[in-house]
Amino acid sequence: MIKKGKTNFSPHYIRTELLGKTIVTFFGIFLITLTICLVFFIASKGLSTFFKDKQSPLDFLFSSIWKPERGFDEGGPLTGGFVFIFGSVSISSLALLISTPFSIAIAIFMTEISPKFGQKVLQPVIEVFVGIPSVVYGWVGLCVLVPFIGNTFGGLGKSLLAGAIVLAVMIFPTITSVSVDALKTLPKDYKEASYALGSTRWQTIRKVLVPAALPGMLTGIVLGLARAFGEALAVQMVIGNNFFMPKSILDRSITLTSVITMEMGEAPIGTVHNNALWSLALLLLIISFLFIALIHKIGAKGSFSK
Amino acid sequence: MKIKSQVTDKIATTIFYMAAVFLVLLLILFTGYIIYNGRHRLNLNFIFTEPNSMEAGGGIGPQLFNTIYMVVLSMIFTLPIGLCAGIYMAEYAKPNRLTKTIRFCIEALASLPSIVIGLFGLLVFVTMTGWGYTLLSGALAVSVLNLPIITRISEDAIRSVSPSIKEASLAVGASHWQTIVKVILPCAIPSLITGIILTSGRVLGEAAALIFTAGISGFPIDFSNMDPTNTSSPLSPFRPAETLAVFIYKVNSEGTAPDARMVADGASAVLILFVFVFNIAARILGKTLSRRFSGKS
Repeated sequence: MIKKGKTNFSPHYIRTELLGKTIVTFFGIFLITLTICLVFFIASKGLSTFFKDKQSPLDFLFSSIWKPERGFDEGGPLTGGFVFIFGSVSISSLALLISTPFSIAIAIFMTEISPKFGQKVLQPVIEVFVGIPSVVYGWVGLCVLVPFIGNTFGGLGKSLLAGAIVLAVMIFPTITSVSVDALKTLPKDYKEASYALGSTRWQTIRKVLVPAALPGMLTGIVLGLARAFGEALAVQMVIGNNFFMPKSILDRSITLTSVITMEMGEAPIGTVHNNALWSLALLLLIISFLFIALIHKIGAKGSFSK
Repeated sequence: MKIKSQVTDKIATTIFYMAAVFLVLLLILFTGYIIYNGRHRLNLNFIFTEPNSMEAGGGIGPQLFNTIYMVVLSMIFTLPIGLCAGIYMAEYAKPNRLTKTIRFCIEALASLPSIVIGLFGLLVFVTMTGWGYTLLSGALAVSVLNLPIITRISEDAIRSVSPSIKEASLAVGASHWQTIVKVILPCAIPSLITGIILTSGRVLGEAAALIFTAGISGFPIDFSNMDPTNTSSPLSPFRPAETLAVFIYKVNSEGTAPDARMVADGASAVLILFVFVFNIAARILGKTLSRRFSGKS
């Protein structure tokens, strides 16, 4: 028998407690090791563009000339990633703009208007949307959306707009589920107090529930944005992959993820071109960490106001 | 004034209903479109034959096999590690800096774009190990992708077990670890199983992490060869292997067969049906198990 509170290294204690505890602790710490490894490897590759190949980090972020294979007799390679950064930012913002009002409307419908229909029908519908693979979204976008945009507005159809619409469908489940959770955790008193004052349901939603659930909804929106930013194949299939700045939302464009997908296989390891692609991956990693920091900040603020 | 606010309320309610109806319609149109377009290909011949890049009539047999193999192989890595880490987080982690760091790492890993994890896999599991594009490298990359999710699911499942059960076990003299293995884990099984099936369903659709690790080349495999050490055997993990999702991506970008479009339609339909089967299976299994475990069968 082991007496509580006493450290005892008897074989019995080792067998019934210490061994198991050590193994699970090891795997807990393994997650930290894995994350550090991941960041280290991507950073070591991504930073060699600047340290080994002497490319300017400012040009990497703000120049729009991407000629990583240009010979040294012509002035050396240029690794300006601004077109990709601009493409990623604009397509994700556009997707968010389309998706957010709709996602939040669905979340409100599920919690306030008809919880029963929401639970029985919309919840499974959202789960199916989560389960549909991104290549299938891309494929349907390519077969339906791209020709539709091409016929309606002219041009090729492959465009920023097509990518943004595909992304909007892909990120709406994230925003909706997080918003539903935020609305569900609100104290009942808020709603009852508002009704007691004689407000209609819409007034209660607009003036009481949405402002109170805003931090949670913002978390959902940032998570959706993060997902939009990192999505690769579905976007690449419909965006047209043009290496120039898009002139309008109907113009073809390119993102950080799509340039990596297209060129990583062709750029020989160790070249400036290959390293620059790793730098783009590092940029994606940094941005995704920033999103997490942002979510923590929103969460901290939200709990403070409660 | 009152009339106006009531009219606004009615309008708002109508808009909310329209949004809900639109969502249901969108799903029906979306899945209906995929399955309707792929209907000609939903037969055993398409599912079991080899793809053909030169002429019409190719199937998706090897891709389907690779996909299932990939799910199994990746779960062999993810499951023990994720479950252990989940047990640690739910039962042993103290509220200190270490726990906070682990929690941050789980969150960071979960939010990484899958293409970044694919590149990490390319560097570590493909280049550094010297294996080249293999099914095993792909499975490892997907494991990294799913690890934070399985950890979270395990932690939640363990936490949702009623504390009174745990206290009863501790009270009769079982150690903490014995309580976890003999009492808490069995009680957590229904929600664990649901979570595990849903997570492995994610592997079905994953492509971005696999194009740089498992490769996009259709490597010929010989289904009569059952020696796992031979790279032409379907059982060998050391061969390049494209999954169904990667195949759809590839057909779209570099398809050469005259019926490439129809093959992609068919493959999408098969993939989406698989996803449905996984989702429904997870739900039914979870429900039956929890009913049996709570003694209401």
